Amino acid sequence: MSDFEPKIMTFLCNWCSYAGADLAGVSRIQYPPNTRVIRVPCSGRVDPLFILKCLQDGYDGVLVSGCHPGDCHYISGNYVARRKFAVLKKALEFMGMEPDRVQFSWVSAGEGEKFSQVISKVTETVKALGPAKKLVKRIGR
Amino acid sequence: MSGKLKIKGDPNDSIRGFLRHLLESGKIDGVFALGKTGKGLNYLLVTDKEKVDELYPLFPFMPENAANLLSRLTFSGPLPGKIAVVIKPCELRAFVELVKREQASRDNLVFISPVCGGVLDFVQYKNDALEKSVPGYMKSFAKRENAENIRPTCRACEYFIPINADITVIPAEEACEFYLNTDKAGEITKGAPGDLSDGELDEAAFEPLMGSRKAEKEKLFEELKLEDYGIKGLVEVFGKCLGCHGCMSVCPICYCALCAFESKDNEFTPPVFESELTKRGGLRVPPNTIFYHLGRITHMGISCVGCGMCSDVCPVDIPVSSIFLRSGDAVQKVFDYLPGKDIEEPVPLSTFIEDELTEVED
Ligand code: SF4
Ligand code: SF4
Ligand code: SF4
Repeated sequence: MSDFEPKIMTFLCNWCSYAGADLAGVSRIQYPPNTRVIRVPCSGRVDPLFILKCLQDGYDGVLVSGCHPGDCHYISGNYVARRKFAVLKKALEFMGMEPDRVQFSWVSAGEGEKFSQVISKVTETVKALGPAKKLVKRIGR
Repeated sequence: MSGKLKIKGDPNDSIRGFLRHLLESGKIDGVFALGKTGKGLNYLLVTDKEKVDELYPLFPFMPENAANLLSRLTFSGPLPGKIAVVIKPCELRAFVELVKREQASRDNLVFISPVCGGVLDFVQYKNDALEKSVPGYMKSFAKRENAENIRPTCRACEYFIPINADITVIPAEEACEFYLNTDKAGEITKGAPGDLSDGELDEAAFEPLMGSRKAEKEKLFEELKLEDYGIKGLVEVFGKCLGCHGCMSVCPICYCALCAFESKDNEFTPPVFESELTKRGGLRVPPNTIFYHLGRITHMGISCVGCGMCSDVCPVDIPVSSIFLRSGDAVQKVFDYLPGKDIEEPVPLSTFIEDELTEVED
């Protein structure tokens, strides 16, 4: 499975993490090309259903990233996001899904470097876990 | 406030006498409790004292989770008069959850709730239930044991002593004891028939029942083995699901006017079908069954009171409530939260602590 390239869905908040990704881009910082980005107004907008849907639809991992504690554009969206995330993690654990497939991380608009590190780390972790099969329905397999 | 009122009669007779007195004396304006309607058993809201005879407030059945109904009655504001509400402990807990979620109002309600021996499977309810299944049930309860044919989540319910009730009742064949927990309770019971004395509910007397409930819970969780499910287990368990969403519509916690799973977001349009079929080569129709169940766990598992309604209505006997009790238990532990315990404590997903859960961050 060494040539396995995971597909990772990334939810980035408009105000910090998306700008962080942008900075990584304009600064020409390299990071693995395994992510697909969805921009959300706030990490608090991410309903656990979005993450479930990604896993069910064949994504091998999901990253949610928002502003650092205290920096949320909407004051507390990121704290609430963290709680929802904790609940989802429990539910996934139950269903036998490796909890490390979904990750949560704070990245600010100035952290292009950190953004690339986070993506590299998540990609490596998910790569090591192998393809997600636990929630993917494939008829006849 | 504490105190104890003992009223003679079988459970329903004794509580009827009490409720009739409350209505007659004008201490309350109405009663919300189980009652017979023709061949059925429903919750009724009555204001006429003659109608109290039709009530069977302590019947061990739950045709609907009363929290759902009380939310409908009080959603747009408190009821106009003072209402005595007789419901099971888990219904009261669910009601408290709904108040916290701004779906109901507690004002004007006086809660009377029994120490609960569980409820019998409602599908088996027959009009002769009083003569046939209830005596056996009462006998087991008197021995502080689990009765036969109660809901699986009742067998495993540790919260059978009501939390937040103004009055706690211990049902018994000969005479029932009413424990007055709040000033409100003390106020309305002044001059009630029966023997008033000092005394507090002796929870230790229910140790045997608590013991078997705890053991049953452990057994239920062990047999369920939810942690080993994976997609295979999920497909197996929910393979029979019709997608009727009955489990959601009877759930007191699922109050959303438009459920996410019934919204346009989850409609399968031709392009969605096409992309799904290209990916998988085949599709179960209706789709999204497992998504629905897992999604519901993440949305409302935090407030599941384990009432058992969802399993009771499932037409294909999926143990929905056992699965929710198990997953709810885990999710609730993350926040050390017991649904329905404290009306002032916010629902965990509506609040946060700045410095917490750093283990889920990367
Ligand atoms: S779940 Fe508990 S409180 Fe609710 S009916 Fe069953 S035993 Fe009673
Ligand atoms: S999920 Fe089922 S057991 Fe839990 S509160 Fe809803 S109806 Fe009751
Ligand atoms: S009640 Fe049963 S069949 Fe209907 S949606 Fe729920 S689990 Fe499926």
